[in-house]
Amino acid sequence: MASVVADNFLGSETPMAPFSTGPRRRIRWGRGLIMLLAGAYFLIPIYAALHFSLQDNNGNFSLAPIRAIPSQPGLGAAFWLSARLAIVTTVLTMALMVPTVIYVHLKLPRLKRAMEVITILPIVIPPIVLILGVLHASPLWLKSSPYMLSLVYVILAMPFVYRSLDAGLNALDLKTLVEASRSLGAGWLSTLWRVLVPNLRSAILSATVLTVALVLGEFTMASLDLWETMPVWIVNFSQTNAHVSTAVAMLSLIATWLLLTLIVSLDRSQSRRSRRRSRLT
Amino acid sequence: MMLETHQTTPSPLAPPSSGAPVVLDGLVRHFGSTKALDGFSLDIAPGEFVALLGPSGCGKTTALRVLAGFEHVDAGRVIVDGAEVSSVAAQRRDMGMVFQSYSLFPNMSARDNVAFGLQLRHQRASQRRARAGELLELVGLSVHAGKYPHQLSGGQQQRVALARALAIEPRVLLLDEPLSALDAKVRAELRDQIRSLQQRLAITTVFVTHDQEEALSMADRVCVMSHGRAEQVATPSALYAQPSTAFVAEFVGVSSRVQVTRARDGVELFGRTVRIRGDVASIPGGALDALLRPEDVEVRNAPDGPGFVTHISFLGATTRLEIGIGGATVKADVRSSDADAFELGTRVVVSVSARDVLVTERRPGR
Repeated sequence: MASVVADNFLGSETPMAPFSTGPRRRIRWGRGLIMLLAGAYFLIPIYAALHFSLQDNNGNFSLAPIRAIPSQPGLGAAFWLSARLAIVTTVLTMALMVPTVIYVHLKLPRLKRAMEVITILPIVIPPIVLILGVLHASPLWLKSSPYMLSLVYVILAMPFVYRSLDAGLNALDLKTLVEASRSLGAGWLSTLWRVLVPNLRSAILSATVLTVALVLGEFTMASLDLWETMPVWIVNFSQTNAHVSTAVAMLSLIATWLLLTLIVSLDRSQSRRSRRRSRLT
Repeated sequence: MMLETHQTTPSPLAPPSSGAPVVLDGLVRHFGSTKALDGFSLDIAPGEFVALLGPSGCGKTTALRVLAGFEHVDAGRVIVDGAEVSSVAAQRRDMGMVFQSYSLFPNMSARDNVAFGLQLRHQRASQRRARAGELLELVGLSVHAGKYPHQLSGGQQQRVALARALAIEPRVLLLDEPLSALDAKVRAELRDQIRSLQQRLAITTVFVTHDQEEALSMADRVCVMSHGRAEQVATPSALYAQPSTAFVAEFVGVSSRVQVTRARDGVELFGRTVRIRGDVASIPGGALDALLRPEDVEVRNAPDGPGFVTHISFLGATTRLEIGIGGATVKADVRSSDADAFELGTRVVVSVSARDVLVTERRPGR
């Protein structure tokens, strides 16, 4: 009986093979083509910039533009300004958005739709309108400070930060966690710090990644407000030495990518540590 | 309205304990135009286990949340251990709560979850660890102390949640349908565990459920709720045997509703006069119904009998027969060993003793 079943099984399987794998193969090819096109779309400009940054004025391969980077005037200051703005913006954004989004989810869920609309506005409003509005509304002492840019960046980061936190909160049974914490004696701050923030770690890190990337790459606002951040310095310096400027842009890209990888790997290593700890105990 | 009125039975189990007495006095709570609590009152003795039982929307969870401090009341008072706590924040009420949905903190191990409340009370790490270990031992989960919630089954998570609620030595333990998400076998095990722990610790406990079997098997007293009010508060046996309203009679256990007519000394049921307790004249309205428990109905084979079997369900030790008689359907339980005598269409005679007949106004629309 067993051999009959086996024969039938083999007999039916063999002729079916070309028909069953054909569509799958087509799907795999289609997927590969899309990946190739998307990869080319992103990688060709990067390759072109890298190629250009490794050339001298005669178009020959040279490391001179890279070697010249440390001695360029104003680069250090621009880098330091961008770094400070990234830190201040991230801290401000998280301090403002984390409690706000939690509050809306917990106490005013009817406002979630309104929040989605409000947080999308910075993408819809043209940067020139935003910066002119902020400049007009700001007091003089703030106008003269580069940190005014951080306030603008907080607004610009809102669409990304809100969506990250919203997704994180939707994955939690927020009401029950808060009530469980409160019934055990925790106040609001304690609940936020000990229960909610640790459980939103991935969402907060992802929001941080997006905020940092936004600040390090933002050109329009800084340029309109006349502050020389890294992107502004790169554009300004490209008029003096395009090869060095492009080399700095490439290094900036790599540095940003490394920073973001570091932030993401922090989250992963934390999760791995938790898993290992639970396995050991 | 029923002939028998049995509003409140004192608790038979009110041991001297560390549990706090609780008084819910005339609680009123509106949600928009809906009245979730409509003058709800309940006295709970120290160390007593009271179940709030009722259908969805009857206000039982709202009552528990008011007691926990998660909902405010529009009127009424919550008194715990002699002190009014109506305006005290939830975190200051010292009440442990186990929720319907799994409420363990996902970022903490079972041990850390149990120790969370102790940490908030500034206990030393070594004390917290020891206490958490004791409580996990108590719920039989010490081997899983280092596991995270996602590594535990639903039943294990609820046991950790119970240990966490008990860790803070609460004045009152609140259980909000903690078994409803579990499968039947785990539910039965956890039910026994909760009850034995509660008796051991003599902690005042309020348990919300819509499952009458849970309420009747676990609680010292059961409060049946309907439309934001307590319909009846009584021991499980009193509630079952002497329901004070038609709602309680129909909600607790299984009942058949049969039309009856007024007679001189009782009511006319299945063609003969049955005497009932109390005065039939005191029941308002013209038409009356009798409510019969299946186990109180006796069935005999009779070729000329007025009834006939319309449905047979095997329930294990007993078999439930549905009998069509005089336009009504009456449920009757017989021993499964005797059930062979009945088939679909078998003609039968139905009888019920007078003490088992509950008479009420006829339900509108019948």
